[in-house]
Amino acid sequence: MVAFAETDASALRIREIRKSFPAPDDPVTKRLVLDGISFSVAAGELVCLIGPSGCGKSTLLRLIAGLDSTDSGELFIGSQPISEPGAERGLVFQDPNLFPWLTVRRNIEAGLVARRVLREKRNEVNEFMRLVGLEAFGGAYPHHLSGGMAQRVALARALINHPKVLLLDEPLGALDAFTRMRMQDEVLRLWENRRTTMLLVTHDIDEAIYMSDRIMIMTQRPGRIDRIITDALPRPRDRSSSDFLRLRSDILELLHFAGDSATA
Amino acid sequence: MNRAAIQSTLAGTEPERDATELTRHGSTLSWRVQWAVPLAALFDLAIHLLFSKRAPAVETHSYSLLMYEIIGVSIVLNIVQRFWMPLRSWMRHMCPIFTAAILLFGVWDVVTLGFQMLPLPYFPGPAAVLRSLISDRGLLLDSTLHSLALLVSGYAVGLLVGLVSGICIGWSGPIRYWGMPLLKVVGPIPATAWIPLAMVISPSAFVSSAGLIALAVWFPVTMLTASGISNTRASYLDVARTLGAGRTYLIFRVAIPAAVPNIFIGLFMGLGASFLTLVVAESVGVKSGLGWYVSWAQGWAEYSKVYAALIIMAAFFSTVMTLLFKVRDRVLVWQKGTIKW
Ligand SMILES: Nc1ncnc2c1ncn2[C@@H]1O[C@H](COP(=O)(O)OP(=O)(O)O)[C@@H](O)[C@H]1O
Ligand SMILES: [Mg+2]
Repeated sequence: MVAFAETDASALRIREIRKSFPAPDDPVTKRLVLDGISFSVAAGELVCLIGPSGCGKSTLLRLIAGLDSTDSGELFIGSQPISEPGAERGLVFQDPNLFPWLTVRRNIEAGLVARRVLREKRNEVNEFMRLVGLEAFGGAYPHHLSGGMAQRVALARALINHPKVLLLDEPLGALDAFTRMRMQDEVLRLWENRRTTMLLVTHDIDEAIYMSDRIMIMTQRPGRIDRIITDALPRPRDRSSSDFLRLRSDILELLHFAGDSATA
Repeated sequence: MNRAAIQSTLAGTEPERDATELTRHGSTLSWRVQWAVPLAALFDLAIHLLFSKRAPAVETHSYSLLMYEIIGVSIVLNIVQRFWMPLRSWMRHMCPIFTAAILLFGVWDVVTLGFQMLPLPYFPGPAAVLRSLISDRGLLLDSTLHSLALLVSGYAVGLLVGLVSGICIGWSGPIRYWGMPLLKVVGPIPATAWIPLAMVISPSAFVSSAGLIALAVWFPVTMLTASGISNTRASYLDVARTLGAGRTYLIFRVAIPAAVPNIFIGLFMGLGASFLTLVVAESVGVKSGLGWYVSWAQGWAEYSKVYAALIIMAAFFSTVMTLLFKVRDRVLVWQKGTIKW
């Protein structure tokens, strides 16, 4: 059922992860949120993760980021086991979470300052500001930015550390439809440009089809990987092509099925 | 595109609206705005001269001189504002408040000197207070400087200790466990209640008074710093950790900046407490400064000096307060639009 290829080229490898949280009504009992998740992501791959709300997608990303620890299972980045947060795994949330007390430029620099390499890598700041089209806004504070701009700053801030894997937790979920489509192209451009391995969580099926090499579909709680859809369309993709629409209706059908099996 | 232009496009303010506002502010001052201040001063002067037989000649002299000066200066300003727009909009803004203040002097004069509705010597007229202000200016200046020295040293110590203890309590669980109960028990005691103890412990009155002021400042600064630090949004800390941040970065570049708005609330509360403690400590302890001057003048029943010192105190304290507001606006530019106090 869960098909995944284990190759040495995999940038991220996850094996049999379990995670439970104390139940909200009764803190003594534990509630399983992730039930044996296994998959791997090849270097340079863009994989999407979709699933019903509350199935544990954010929890999974936090585990990969090292912000929480698993109950059991193994996580590897390359050949290194994951034990704590590290700059080689970037994370971008739905809320850009820019530091409001820093200007755009200083937000983008934050990773370099945190790793104490600002002096050597200062020239990269301009490069990344240009990359996300914000050269003119270096001195602006986050409260001046629109949602799309803020999210572009968040992307630049994560990318400046040259992460081996970029984890994206519904990064475009809060944007309006037009901005979201523009930002999808923007993220794709960054990905094609830098070939950063990306794991993108989304609740938007079109986004998943439009962007990813592979789509992993999770089931309702406890979260498991139910399906992996590998028949990606050739790039560049057309959101209104018949292939696109066919794949979309296939996935919709699958999701309906996924919903049924969760209640069973 | 320059930075200001970018900021205004970002903030969505249309330049046209700014332009119309400028022209509206740029139009000439109305007759009423131009003449309200000199007329009010003239009114005060007339009232005073009407009752001046009851006041000593020196008092009448300096009070009349002040009113002449106000009239003169406001007429000069009325001429200058025709050529200088910033002054014009400032005058438009300040004119009503100045007029009201000057008229208040007239009312005060009528109530005290005019109809003697309030008992002397407790309620002297404005001319008598002005006279004390002028004749005792040396001692008043000296007292102000003493107060300033005491305030600054006490506030600085309280601020530094408060920041350090607040950051420690806010960040570290064990320190919070032991420190918080102490803070909650000791902190609410008004600093002035420690006066008897402070006078016994400390070698000099200055040191003990500065210590009391520091104590008064320390409590609110610690409390608000600690709460600001411990309420740092977890997602900021998470982001920083995924960017490779270590503990130093998390404390000094995430938690502390995030707590700054809170810290400023503590600084303002501490400033209020420090004024109170300063005045009390001066009148019972150090025997210098404005607080001491007030109780000394009261001892001699020279109430016009008491009021003179109160006026200086008001100017002094509100200047310090304004300074802190300016610092806050500077430091919290990034928050602009969200601060409402
Ligand atoms: N820190 C936590 N403590 C307790 N329960 C949590 C915590 N984080 C997540 N959960 C629970 O785990 C489940 C999965 O949450 P999440 O990963 O955010 O889902 P998703 O991102 O797929 O919508 C939810 O039921 C949520 O209530
Ligand atoms: Mg989520």
